Amino acid sequence: MKIKLDNLTKHFGKVAAVNDLTLDIKDGEFVALLGPSGCGKTTTMLMIAGIYKPTKGQIIFEDNIVNQWAPKDRHIGMVFQSYALYPHMTVYQNLAYPLILKKRPKEEIKIESQKVADLLGIGHLMDRKPGQLSGGQQQRVALGRALIKKPQVLLFDEPLSNLDARLRITMRSMIKKLQKDLGITSIYVTHDQVEAMTMADRIAVMKDGVLQAFTDPEDLHDRPRTLFVAQFVGNPPMNLFDVELKEQDGILSAIFGSGASIQIPNERRPKTSKKIIKMGIRPQDIHSTNGTGLESVISFVEPMGRDNLIVTSMGELDIHFLEDPGIKLNADDKVKLKFDLNTLQFFDKETELSLLWT
Amino acid sequence: MKIKTFFSKSFPIVLLTVLTLPIILGFLWILISTFSTRAYGLLPVGPDGKFGGLTLNNWQFLSDKAIWYVTLNTFILATGLTIGVVAVSAMAGYSLSRIKFPGRKGILSLSLVLHAFPSATLIIAIYFVLRWISKIPILGNGIPLLGGFGYNTLGGVILVSIALQLPLGIWLMKGFFDSVSWDIERASLIDGSSRFRTFREIMIPQIKPGIAALSIFSFIQGWSSFIIPYSFMTSASKATVGTYLNNLLTESAPVNYGELAAVGLFQLLPVLVFYIFTQKYLLSIFAGGVKGTS
Repeated sequence: MKIKLDNLTKHFGKVAAVNDLTLDIKDGEFVALLGPSGCGKTTTMLMIAGIYKPTKGQIIFEDNIVNQWAPKDRHIGMVFQSYALYPHMTVYQNLAYPLILKKRPKEEIKIESQKVADLLGIGHLMDRKPGQLSGGQQQRVALGRALIKKPQVLLFDEPLSNLDARLRITMRSMIKKLQKDLGITSIYVTHDQVEAMTMADRIAVMKDGVLQAFTDPEDLHDRPRTLFVAQFVGNPPMNLFDVELKEQDGILSAIFGSGASIQIPNERRPKTSKKIIKMGIRPQDIHSTNGTGLESVISFVEPMGRDNLIVTSMGELDIHFLEDPGIKLNADDKVKLKFDLNTLQFFDKETELSLLWT
Repeated sequence: MKIKTFFSKSFPIVLLTVLTLPIILGFLWILISTFSTRAYGLLPVGPDGKFGGLTLNNWQFLSDKAIWYVTLNTFILATGLTIGVVAVSAMAGYSLSRIKFPGRKGILSLSLVLHAFPSATLIIAIYFVLRWISKIPILGNGIPLLGGFGYNTLGGVILVSIALQLPLGIWLMKGFFDSVSWDIERASLIDGSSRFRTFREIMIPQIKPGIAALSIFSFIQGWSSFIIPYSFMTSASKATVGTYLNNLLTESAPVNYGELAAVGLFQLLPVLVFYIFTQKYLLSIFAGGVKGTS
């Protein structure tokens, strides 16, 4: 089912939780709503579910404006962060409840519940109460309850944030695979950018109720449209510096506060006439070198397994970069840093918009 | 060290014993008096002033038809009060906890004020209201068993008792509903349930301990109520155990304290038994009540 949000706005009292949100979600697409807590992503989801009524704007399913539709008429399934299983019912009763409400024949309910339970690997737990299940099992029941009525839209509200790290990775791929197999349009709310990047076809980044970007994960990572997106997406976070632009003989360079400078290639020439701007570069695009580079002193080394995260200081500036653990670097060592110049990002300091992609 | 733990363990017990001693002595006196013609303190004495005079005469009232009639009345009153209070409180508590509507804050604070209001001050006003209800045909005084909802009927007494019990019940139920997660309710609505069905099938089971506690509390309240039945049910035949007890006191003849104690114990016994089996739930009434902040 296609979903269109048109200038969707929700006020709680005087506070605007969601402001003029416009999104176009294609049939069968997996869209993540990404943002820090309190950015309005859950509010958006609850409006789509029909729990909250929008203050302004429209929610359109296919071609119908559903603003006034009750949740039960919207053909949605939802998985909650708290699982929200009915504590007084067994797993079977939990799974069967949506079908009982639809007044399906008893035999069919039995068969369908067993089918969904087996699909999720909880077939042997049918007689247990939710309180007797582990977090992962409860999550599967919640997922089963959302799937059993064959919804046209699946809503996930941070479904994995209460699970431990290992289980989260398994559930992540399971949800992704289920969604692809069933082809159900899905909206997934999360504050975890890794989850959003790995699962979603497209990611909508929100901040303070305002949409920051809506694009595919690769584009979001490589071509951030705003400073916020650049900072929020990517792990470890992007390095950001204030630099001064100087053009001499047609060669544009960025000068750091310390006086050091780098040349900006023509493909990355920021579209601005301002002198002082923000420059960003991701830690994985900086390497230590024996040749020429920016001189800096290592403050400390954080082993991360596959890479070491190295924090160096260049005058007042801290620079983070990733390095192969094979290259032995220790605190207080001097290193020369080489920036991969084709990955530089530039942002306007006032508008916080990208000077490359907007 | 050992002495210290012994002291800290026994001290509360000793303190509680001392504080409850008057009540315990009271109960003991009732128990002993019921089996004696006369009691000198806690000592049953015969006509000669020495120990003796034990008797079962005080329990003769049990063979009187009237006591069973008033017991049935009291039971109906307590049950009706319980059903009414729980039904109204659960629904009102849910609405006040979950639904935004104009006047919500007003109802909450008004009911709190009513709770603080001494019911005795309302008696005259309620009398006029009940007299007015009496004038309504059938509903006033033409219903079997309850008599109706007007003055001098059991239904009227139940109605008034419910009203006076409601503020506590509503706040209690609201407190319990407040502690149920929103997500469960939302999940149910999304699963395809209506609001009322969600209330009945999903929400009510979550607050069962609260309902149990309120039921017990209301039942005991109804069973031992006196002022309201005494004021609004003047005919002796319709009285409750509480008023029956009072009748023994107000007669012009000298008071038979032995019989008085026996009737008192008779009224007390069901409550005591009830209490022993349900104190677990009654404790949650106070735990749950604390949460009831708006």
